[in-house]
Amino acid sequence: MPSNEVVLEVIGVTKRFPGVLANHDVNLTLHKGEILALLGENGAGKSTLMNIIYGLYHADSGTIKLKGKEVHFASPREAIHSGIGMVHQHFQLIPVMTVAENVVLGEEVTDGAFLDRQEAARRVRALSEQYRLEVDPNAVIEELPVGVQQRVEIIKALYRDAEILILDEPTAVLTPQEVQELFKIMRDLAARGVSIIFITHKLKEVLAVAHRIVVMRDGEVVGTVLPEESTQESLAALMVGREVLLRVNKPPARPKEVVLEVENLSAYDDRGHHAVNNVSFVVRSGEVVGVAGVQGNGQTELVEVLTGLRPAAGGHVRINGKDLTNASPRAVTASGTGHVPEDRHRFGMVSSYTVAENLVLNVYYAPPYSTAPSLRQLPFVTVLYAALALGVFAILAVIWNALWKAALWPLVLGLHGIADVEAASRQEMAGPELFGMLALLVMALLFAYVAHRVATLIMGRLQPVIAPFLKRGGENGGVVLDHDRVDHNAVTLVKQFDIRTPSVTTTGGSLSGGNQQKMVVAREFGRRPRLLIAAQPTRGIDVGSIEFIHQQLVSQRDAGAAVLLVSAELDEIMALSDRIVVMYKGSVVATVNADSVTREQVGLLMAGASAEDVLGQVPAAVPALA
Amino acid sequence: MSEVTVVTTAPVRAVNLFGRLRALIVPLLAVFTAVLIGSLFIVLTSVFTGTGASVGENLVKGVQTAGAAFSGLLNGAFGDSSGLTRTLVKTTPLIFSGLAVAFAFKGGLFNIGAQGQLAIGSVTSAWVGFAIRVDLGNPVLSAVVHVTLALLAGMLGGALWGAIPGLLKAYTGAHEVITTIMFNFIATNLIAWLLYAGSPGEGIPPGPLNDGNGVITRTPTIYPTAQLPVIYDPPGPQALHLGLFLALIAAIVILLVLTRTTFGFELRMVGLNPTAARYSGISVKRITVLTMIIAGALAGAAGAMQTLGVNYRYEPNQSLGLGFDAITVALLGANNPIGVILSAFLFGAMDAGATRMQFNSGVQSEIIVVIQALILMFVAAEEIIRTMYRIRGAGGPAQKLSTGWGQR
Repeated sequence: MPSNEVVLEVIGVTKRFPGVLANHDVNLTLHKGEILALLGENGAGKSTLMNIIYGLYHADSGTIKLKGKEVHFASPREAIHSGIGMVHQHFQLIPVMTVAENVVLGEEVTDGAFLDRQEAARRVRALSEQYRLEVDPNAVIEELPVGVQQRVEIIKALYRDAEILILDEPTAVLTPQEVQELFKIMRDLAARGVSIIFITHKLKEVLAVAHRIVVMRDGEVVGTVLPEESTQESLAALMVGREVLLRVNKPPARPKEVVLEVENLSAYDDRGHHAVNNVSFVVRSGEVVGVAGVQGNGQTELVEVLTGLRPAAGGHVRINGKDLTNASPRAVTASGTGHVPEDRHRFGMVSSYTVAENLVLNVYYAPPYSTAPSLRQLPFVTVLYAALALGVFAILAVIWNALWKAALWPLVLGLHGIADVEAASRQEMAGPELFGMLALLVMALLFAYVAHRVATLIMGRLQPVIAPFLKRGGENGGVVLDHDRVDHNAVTLVKQFDIRTPSVTTTGGSLSGGNQQKMVVAREFGRRPRLLIAAQPTRGIDVGSIEFIHQQLVSQRDAGAAVLLVSAELDEIMALSDRIVVMYKGSVVATVNADSVTREQVGLLMAGASAEDVLGQVPAAVPALA
Repeated sequence: MSEVTVVTTAPVRAVNLFGRLRALIVPLLAVFTAVLIGSLFIVLTSVFTGTGASVGENLVKGVQTAGAAFSGLLNGAFGDSSGLTRTLVKTTPLIFSGLAVAFAFKGGLFNIGAQGQLAIGSVTSAWVGFAIRVDLGNPVLSAVVHVTLALLAGMLGGALWGAIPGLLKAYTGAHEVITTIMFNFIATNLIAWLLYAGSPGEGIPPGPLNDGNGVITRTPTIYPTAQLPVIYDPPGPQALHLGLFLALIAAIVILLVLTRTTFGFELRMVGLNPTAARYSGISVKRITVLTMIIAGALAGAAGAMQTLGVNYRYEPNQSLGLGFDAITVALLGANNPIGVILSAFLFGAMDAGATRMQFNSGVQSEIIVVIQALILMFVAAEEIIRTMYRIRGAGGPAQKLSTGWGQR
């Protein structure tokens, strides 16, 4: 149990970013040997607060006291030297180096000019024994499982004499079993006097491991509670600011015909290794099939092959009975497939495109967003437009010319005091000619603009007349983007999917993570696809958005879509799936009905246990979480 | 969504005029700062090398010289009708070549090869200009046909020179920065061979496109029918040709293509996020090649302007540095076609006024190159300007100037 000694105190910290109050009057105390959970949705200000403590940001106001002494860190280096260690969500390890080398990096033990590898290994071993963090100092990082890599990160912090350890979303990449191990390590460390700040948005984990829970919302601390006095529901309500439905209301599935058929599919990853091995399964209309597995077991590659982003090395993919193995992403989309990609920043959106543009990102080429003509009809339309524009231009020019000769030119000459053009010298004429040239330039631009507007207007009116001669764009689409339709679509979807954005012309990148994801989901779900492939649809987003996306998934299913859900979150798989496909090292180890297995059994399958062993035995071999 | 039910109430597209004006702040300050530092150079030169009695006297002289230099520059560029004409004539190819760089930037490609594309375009347009005789009976008709042919030949030459690096990028992953630089050299040497004057004394024949004068590296003059029509001829050596209008039209067309067409939507997406473009079903390879073809055609048009509108033949020094100034023009114009027009005008004015500046103040015209280089530095490293004047970032991610190696 934690002592009463306060090691870290945050008093009235406020941090403002342009347009956002990231932290407002935040207070926090951390005791020696305490595990303090910092709970909050994405964008609640947890990371900002930790970055202030860690010296990456400076608070606008407020103070931070370390063991009673006020500190101002200018950089993480100073924070580290004062005994604060941070384990980031994305590990900062060098894959090709050994554990010991990674640990001492930047604080090397040297023997003259050379790195003393043996001494480094000895110190790492001593640390790992002292804190019971099992790891081989001479192992190469890239060969270690993720859970062990995380341990190396913790050792790295302890090596720098960290007394305060900040763990940023440490469970995101772990299997359920590894999570249990991590919790054991955390409790051990706390018992030895290390204070831990544990950042997360997972309610179960908070209740399982924390001594005290600080909940943040919109940059403010909205409550400090004890786990004994809290439930998942109460925490969620505190976090979101309203009652949240944690369980998905899901009527039983009524599967119908097969929509997606995957047969003996194989594929390589980017490094040319086998990533998907001989995978087969089907997804029917009206059911959710969940693909469970720890990150990096071939799910990413599987989805990429299904959606045309990665070539298959063997096997077949059939959608609605049509063979779409190695088809283009566009052909897959056109077959009635919606795809929520697992990495929205890389695949799902363009940050500097507007919300409206992002909402048509993969359907912009088709009607109604892209209007006739198609590329082949372009010459005809161009000639028509050019004729119209030239006609208008000519009429304007004739009128202006008459006006110029009759009134304007004499006026200019008069201003320059030239009575007789014939008699004037070239030198005298320079001024009026210059003026005349500029006037011509300005008028030409003006005429061109007017002619363009008039021609466009007439073209719009002519559209119904010439429409029979013009077919709407095919696979390559029309030529002109209809911004009005694009915006209309956005207005509808923003309302329907509750995307919080100031306007549809705001850039997608400026939305919060949850709303960016809702934007991607809105685009893919809004088309009412026959097949929906959702990869990690709720990764890194807030509880409120998760709830919404889950409901949408189920309603898509009930509307008759076949849903393939790929998720590293076992809870999500368990809550939504009707059937579960478990992947391990690129192969399907089991396909089971969701209501006939327990969470623990799926967890074991994900860790590579064989189907006979797991499904043949009584559950509860693994301690239940929380 | 296949059906959109509400069509009657069009949502108003927010036109953020203030936001657009804000975009001007950094380029304007970059130019201002560069001019300031340029003046400082002039003053310091006077302080260290001046012939005055004291440092103070030299300082005063230096300030006077700087003043004289810039008034000379403005005078030479805008002072009279021939100055303004000179400015506009110099602006014309810069608009085209600036567009060539800016358009490629929008597609995520750093086109350093505008110089080579432009040179090839000059030569091909010159070739059509002097090798083909167009006589259709009517002089106006002949001129229209011949000029159009020569211009198209220039664009085609440039497009070819752009297409090869585009293909290499798309299919082998060779970085366009390297390949376009290499193609500049290839263009230079190819042209040197084509136009080689030969050495009659030693029996070395001239290159295939040389006019046979035996001394100078150049093509024959083009037929009068291939000359761009002059629309204004003030006293002085320069005459304003039709090219300026073509350049303005090109800028507007490029703007419309980028913002209003599905092709522009695809091109910008490939530039901003190629993986998302792939996800959206866009052939990134196709867009990459097309981007380079169009960029090359624009650069080729810039070269044709010099051949058909100014020199009436090709001589290697007529396009010197135009393709490299284009990079600064594009960056200063924030890769926006309208911005390119404005910055090309600025650069055209600087080039046009340089001689008068040197004549009036004695300051070497090379100071203009220094100022242009400083402008490039300040717009490329925008952060310097933002820090100097304490301007907050625009918020959005900056346009990436170059991407890594690899196939697209």
